[in-house]
Amino acid sequence: MRGTQVPIVAAVAGKVREIENVITLKLDAEHNSAADFDPGQFNMLYAPGVGEAAISISDLTDKRGRIVHTVRNVGAISRALTQLKKGDRLGLRGPFGVGWPVKQAKGKNVVIMAGGIGLAPLRPLINYILLARSEYDSITLLYGARTPDTILFEPDLRRWADKPGMDARITVDAAGPDWTGNVGLITSLLDGRAAAGGDTVAFICGPEIMMRCSAEALCETGLQQDAIWLSMERNMKCAVGHCGHCQFGPVFVCKDGPVFRYDRIRSSLFVKEL
Amino acid sequence: MKWIEELISDHPFLEGIDAASIKLMAGCARNVSFDAGRYIMHAGDAADHFYLIRRGVAALECCSPGHDPIIIETLREGDFLGVSWLAPPYISQFDSRAVESVQAVDFDAACLRGKCEADHNLGYELMKRFVPAIMKRLHAARVQSMDIYGCPPPAEDAD
Repeated sequence: MRGTQVPIVAAVAGKVREIENVITLKLDAEHNSAADFDPGQFNMLYAPGVGEAAISISDLTDKRGRIVHTVRNVGAISRALTQLKKGDRLGLRGPFGVGWPVKQAKGKNVVIMAGGIGLAPLRPLINYILLARSEYDSITLLYGARTPDTILFEPDLRRWADKPGMDARITVDAAGPDWTGNVGLITSLLDGRAAAGGDTVAFICGPEIMMRCSAEALCETGLQQDAIWLSMERNMKCAVGHCGHCQFGPVFVCKDGPVFRYDRIRSSLFVKEL
Repeated sequence: MKWIEELISDHPFLEGIDAASIKLMAGCARNVSFDAGRYIMHAGDAADHFYLIRRGVAALECCSPGHDPIIIETLREGDFLGVSWLAPPYISQFDSRAVESVQAVDFDAACLRGKCEADHNLGYELMKRFVPAIMKRLHAARVQSMDIYGCPPPAEDAD
């Protein structure tokens, strides 16, 4: 385990407003061990005097070793994090958890399905794959958002769409008359090109219902359950599998996940009590 | 130039349908196109057509007075447009507009319903294709109605 239980101090080196209620922080940590992470892992960010929350790492570390987190304001801690200003300090523990299986995906077609802010833990994966582009076959990114003005990382989506060998498509749940793109559930973007073959792996992150629908739709195209990976979100508190807050059936999301192979958690996804 | 029977049999929605059914359908069909921006259907009008989209993009829209229309679904090459022709009262429920120029096979709904009534094999073959597609759209609409990407309600332990 690379993650440490002892928080280190990090300072906000940059802050970007992404969309309403969502910001990205670039953090300078007091030592750079936290900058060594796998795409899909998360850190525990501590807002001084408020509390600690699990936040996915949302991009590769930049040249200055800054750690990138994208935060949506949904509660007291995330609100405090979104209100931090450049120069403010916060606590950081991590990185924690199991990331995306990037090595197992080598040589294969990669289908990435992201919904809403679920694109955040997938951005480092996409950029990691693009840095090692020759090691992967085709890349398909399907992204679903609520409306056109809630599309996250729009500049990245445009950049990715221009990459050779990468097919990036967006859909929204509803739009005004000026929108000329797709409207419909993310699964409507699956077609022959995105459909799975024997050498395809799929990575999905978003609201649980969206992930379940997407995984099932991929299975309908012929992809096996063991070729699909999901990033789960639960109420992670300790990040090391001790407190039990994030228990999901027989597993702990913080320690055994957040990235899980679909066949290993599929039955739990249909249990409403979990 | 392709004959209307060829356009019908080439369409993915009717993949696998027998030649006799295609011939029957062709008697109710014509090739049409709609320029971008043009309306294909209007809510409240008689649902006397349905379309197999060959090229282009059409938007299903919902209007409320005083507000811009909201696009609730886009349909494109390989999709069908129009379900209200299938069941009484045969009234279109949404507007449909060509977002990009649309080329489609246009079916006279009353003509096709008559042929389905006279030849149940044709009716069954069409239902085998319509029911799964409508079911898929229903499931998608239900998930979309849940606003899954919206902010979750504030919870005591939200973080």
